[in-house]
Amino acid sequence: MAELTGVGIGLGVAQGPVARIADPLPAPEKTASTQAPDAEKARFRTAVDAVARELESRGARAGGTAQDVLEAQAMMAEDPELADQVDERIDTGHTAEWSVVDAFAAFRDLLTEAGGYLGERAADLDDVAQRVLAQLRGVAAPGLPEPGHPYVLVARDLAPADTALLDLDLVLAVVTSDGGPTSHTAILAREKGITAIVGVSGAASLVDGETVIVDAETGTVTTSPSASELAAAAAKADARRAAASAPLSPGALADGTAVPLLANLGSPAGAAEAVAKGAEGVGLFRTEFLFLSADTAPSVAEQQAAYTQLLEAFPGRKVVVRALDAGADKPLSFLNDSEEENPALGVRGIRALRASEQILRDQLTALAAADAVTDADLWVMAPMVATVEETEYFTAIVHEHGLKTAGVMIETPAAALIADRVLARTEFASIGTNDLTQYTMAADRLLGSVADLQSPWHPAVLSLIGSVGAAGAELAKPVGICGEAAADPLLAVVLVGLGATSLSMAPSALADVRASLTRYTRDDARRIAAAALAASDAAGARAAARAAAEKENQS
Amino acid sequence: MTTITRTVTVGSSHGLHARPAKLFAQAAKELGLPITIQKGEGKPTNAASILGVISLGAEHGDEVVLATDAEAPGAAAAIDSLAALLASDIDAE
Repeated sequence: MAELTGVGIGLGVAQGPVARIADPLPAPEKTASTQAPDAEKARFRTAVDAVARELESRGARAGGTAQDVLEAQAMMAEDPELADQVDERIDTGHTAEWSVVDAFAAFRDLLTEAGGYLGERAADLDDVAQRVLAQLRGVAAPGLPEPGHPYVLVARDLAPADTALLDLDLVLAVVTSDGGPTSHTAILAREKGITAIVGVSGAASLVDGETVIVDAETGTVTTSPSASELAAAAAKADARRAAASAPLSPGALADGTAVPLLANLGSPAGAAEAVAKGAEGVGLFRTEFLFLSADTAPSVAEQQAAYTQLLEAFPGRKVVVRALDAGADKPLSFLNDSEEENPALGVRGIRALRASEQILRDQLTALAAADAVTDADLWVMAPMVATVEETEYFTAIVHEHGLKTAGVMIETPAAALIADRVLARTEFASIGTNDLTQYTMAADRLLGSVADLQSPWHPAVLSLIGSVGAAGAELAKPVGICGEAAADPLLAVVLVGLGATSLSMAPSALADVRASLTRYTRDDARRIAAAALAASDAAGARAAARAAAEKENQS
Repeated sequence: MTTITRTVTVGSSHGLHARPAKLFAQAAKELGLPITIQKGEGKPTNAASILGVISLGAEHGDEVVLATDAEAPGAAAAIDSLAALLASDIDAE
């Protein structure tokens, strides 16, 4: 056996044969063809025919709307206008490979320029171009593998287009060499409950067909596993399945300390799934969905209906609603249409709401009306708070609308550093770890090239969370966590050790976090958190927490 | 060469995008005649080219002009059938 390590997402364990996602093909050189134009054209026609037939047969297998898309792609491959363009290039002495890529690119630019729906077709065309090029070269087409049996998907990273097509019945686990815990792959894996390890630097050495064990809990990929290792992994997977179907007890530590486990929701439609997975309420209800598709703000009545639907799903439970979180990075034409150089540092969150106070007032009016006709325990919080003054403003306006529990999100280092003064002016705090990490590390969360800095495990981030936790304990005010961090089973223990009183996450993460919390007492959690805090970097903090956790488990 | 033209208002409720564009280009291809489709002052494009048809960006209610060589056998019947398809709500079934 040999082990490769990375960052595990969740606690899943899986085993199976590797199938790699092929990397995009290198672009052909613009060299003169050594063959006659007619020979190049014949190669092109043969390749296009093979690609079109393959797409059609895949379409026939898929059926439904996928069939339409695949048949349309087959027609793109055989498009007569495109063939004319390719022929023109071949006639001037170019290779079929270069001519295909260049002619497709010309059409692609045309579609991209048109934008909107047409722009989206550009990706379909790219896929066709890659398939024709692969056919001409006699190599495998890039994209998701189709080995015909369940497999462990190995890739550099997954593009959104790849993840949309993932067949969860076939993908046993995902291993990527790039990407961190906030990468697209990690977020998808968490949402869908896929066993995944990201950032496995040695993943490039994995070859198609070799059997591996993927253990997300330990973050290890075991190659050439022995029979006993395979059996142990299978037993662990069975135990986890059993735990997932175990009774949905409320979140608690080994010593009985309650740590309510709540759900992050983006629309009322997710409520049923959250309840089914044992969510004890909602820790973050994002209200942007009501606004993003609208050119004008939704009416109070429309909002009230949506909030009522949400609150009705959680009678007697806590539901924390976040006021509209918009800004130049999540633009809403009616709220803010000015261009900003640094949207993450601009008029967003509470700043944008204050600039358009009527939108906030309408939202609070709708929430109060929904609250009046339902039995949930409604809390309302402000996004992106940086100052005590903003805290006072928001708390006052929430109370003014007859809503009893107001709070703020701690997403800026400023708010975290003076959390005692912030919490003294409001009823609760909820830490948004994604933005807090972005602002603490000065690393754009949307920028892949700084993804390695985007870890909530960084001791600087943990230290800020600890300062909020300490302030909450001193003032006896609740401190929740509602970022991706709470969905990491080990980090969840650290967060509780730092003073978090509730954890909110994607519903799919609830079972793993619930199981993880039951293994440690409050004192254990504090010791594990202290070990992480003392580390020098994110990887060190994770390793220190794991070592401390293993020690607690043995004692 | 004399050409036959037909001016048609696009009947597809989703315009000539996605599935309607595919169905239209497919029908034009099966007719096996060189037929062009043109929107406004734009360049006439091969009606059998799905990329050409999509690139028109024709929406519901837009006027487009079909054209083909009048001397090709069956030209009138072919262009009429294509015009009828274009005027219908192709994707309605």
